[in-house]
Amino acid sequence: MSDIVCDNCGSTEAVVHLTQIVNNQMSTHRLCEKCAAEKGLESTPEPANFPLTDFLAQMGKDPAVDADPASTQCPFCGLTFRDFRETGRLGCPQCYETYAPHLQRLLRRVHGGTQHVGKVYLPPDPSASELERRLDALRRKLNRAVESEDFERAAELRDEIRSLEPA
Amino acid sequence: MNDLPAIPDHGLSWLEASGDHADIVLSTRVRLARNLQGHAFGPRARVNDRESVLRKFRECAAKAEFLQGGTLLEMPSLTPRSRKILLERRLVTRDLLGDPQSGPVRGAAVHVSGSAPVSVMVNEEDHIRAQSLLSGLRIEQAWRLVDRLDEELGRELPFAYHHEFGFLTSCPTNVGSGLRASVFMHLPGLVLTKEIAKVLQGLGQVGLTFRGLYGEGSEVVGNFFQVSNQTTLGKTEEDLVDHLDKMVRQVIQYEMHARQVLLRDAQGVTEDKIWRAYGLLRYARTLSFEEFMNLLSGVRLGLSLKLLPGLRVYTLNKMMIFTQPAHLEEAAGRDLSSAESDAHRAAYVRRVLAAEGEVSRGDRPSDEGPPSDRF
Ligand SMILES: [Zn+2]
Ligand SMILES: [Zn+2]
Repeated sequence: MSDIVCDNCGSTEAVVHLTQIVNNQMSTHRLCEKCAAEKGLESTPEPANFPLTDFLAQMGKDPAVDADPASTQCPFCGLTFRDFRETGRLGCPQCYETYAPHLQRLLRRVHGGTQHVGKVYLPPDPSASELERRLDALRRKLNRAVESEDFERAAELRDEIRSLEPA
Repeated sequence: MNDLPAIPDHGLSWLEASGDHADIVLSTRVRLARNLQGHAFGPRARVNDRESVLRKFRECAAKAEFLQGGTLLEMPSLTPRSRKILLERRLVTRDLLGDPQSGPVRGAAVHVSGSAPVSVMVNEEDHIRAQSLLSGLRIEQAWRLVDRLDEELGRELPFAYHHEFGFLTSCPTNVGSGLRASVFMHLPGLVLTKEIAKVLQGLGQVGLTFRGLYGEGSEVVGNFFQVSNQTTLGKTEEDLVDHLDKMVRQVIQYEMHARQVLLRDAQGVTEDKIWRAYGLLRYARTLSFEEFMNLLSGVRLGLSLKLLPGLRVYTLNKMMIFTQPAHLEEAAGRDLSSAESDAHRAAYVRRVLAAEGEVSRGDRPSDEGPPSDRF
């Protein structure tokens, strides 16, 4: 038995190290056998905390953007700027509006940009413009499918486009 | 099992060792994170938020073609052991199980489909975590499955979506596509030839992350690694998935080359390692998790190099799941101490290998049947 404590449950039999590299930064957790057995096969890789904690520590120190971040609070869920800095988690969809300027800097740092280019969501009762944006995205996908000669996929996309186009 | 009623077969179909490179890539997972408008995200959600999210999901699941014949399991109504079994089967995350002392929160649930290898966690860090888990290297296929599921869910559930940031998530590292694709790989060749550090570093430079288990003295436990995409925003889902697929195929090429080097330069030592691993697994009376994983790695390598004919990849995959603590306890019908667990693990492994028949050179592996073990 070693004196090293398991980072997960605090048992004093830690023998296994869980090593992760995220953004070229390595971190290691000491684990006991039981926790290692679980974590080693765990479902989801932990979200990348390194760029986040780094960045969050810096946040609120830029007077140009952070007029008075301490007093900012999300009107919907009440999350304060300090909550966000401490947990790295946002509280609700509205938070993305409340903290938009901070988030744009953070997202550029973490993802290299701020603009989503993936799936265009079609809500349950779409407006005309939501429908148009979705159709645009599907047409772009269709062009790609045709270019790469994936005709099966192209046919599926054509059906989907047809089903959304106003009669 | 009393409170884990018939989880559909799809809950374990990822063990079946089908799909590309199944001897090197155990499984592929693609998950999408989604949240509902008008509710606080998981960590800040109140009981009524979570119950409302679960109610909306339940109504949606009843209509979704992709979730038919499935089972919805609410975490608080399961025994602690059943929850851990779901965790060990990779159908739920530790996060969904909540604090070890107070247990899962009300509304935390998982839905396992009966008609496709997909499942949905409800009220985790995000309201909805939809995933597809497949055997072998099948990233594109896993993405297509979870994409279809997402379309069905999105038709009924009003997702939080932003014109600039895309699908909104609790953690900003998931925002945009909400997509995390990951591949669980066995890379003993690269570890034994000491090439692994270079390869992993390379992955870091092309926007991928990895994790692996290490024992004392930085020796890798079991030589298993999980590789996944790092960023979720600013690329299409197809690009994220393609990129991971290309890079993983590259790693497989490196791994196969490393194995050829082992056989060329150190055939005797390699064969000895493999047969010793098999001998210990076949006859040991007690096996710690770490020792088991290391021996299993040797046997898996032997099977892949066709040095241990007569064994099936499926058998090895199944052993990894059924030798975990909660699975051993379930089989024993009681709680087990750490020492008891090691003895039960060894007994289980002996029994499975004995049933598989004596391994000897010249035997050809029989057909790889689908999983038949179920509770
Ligand atoms: Zn522990
Ligand atoms: Zn908020």
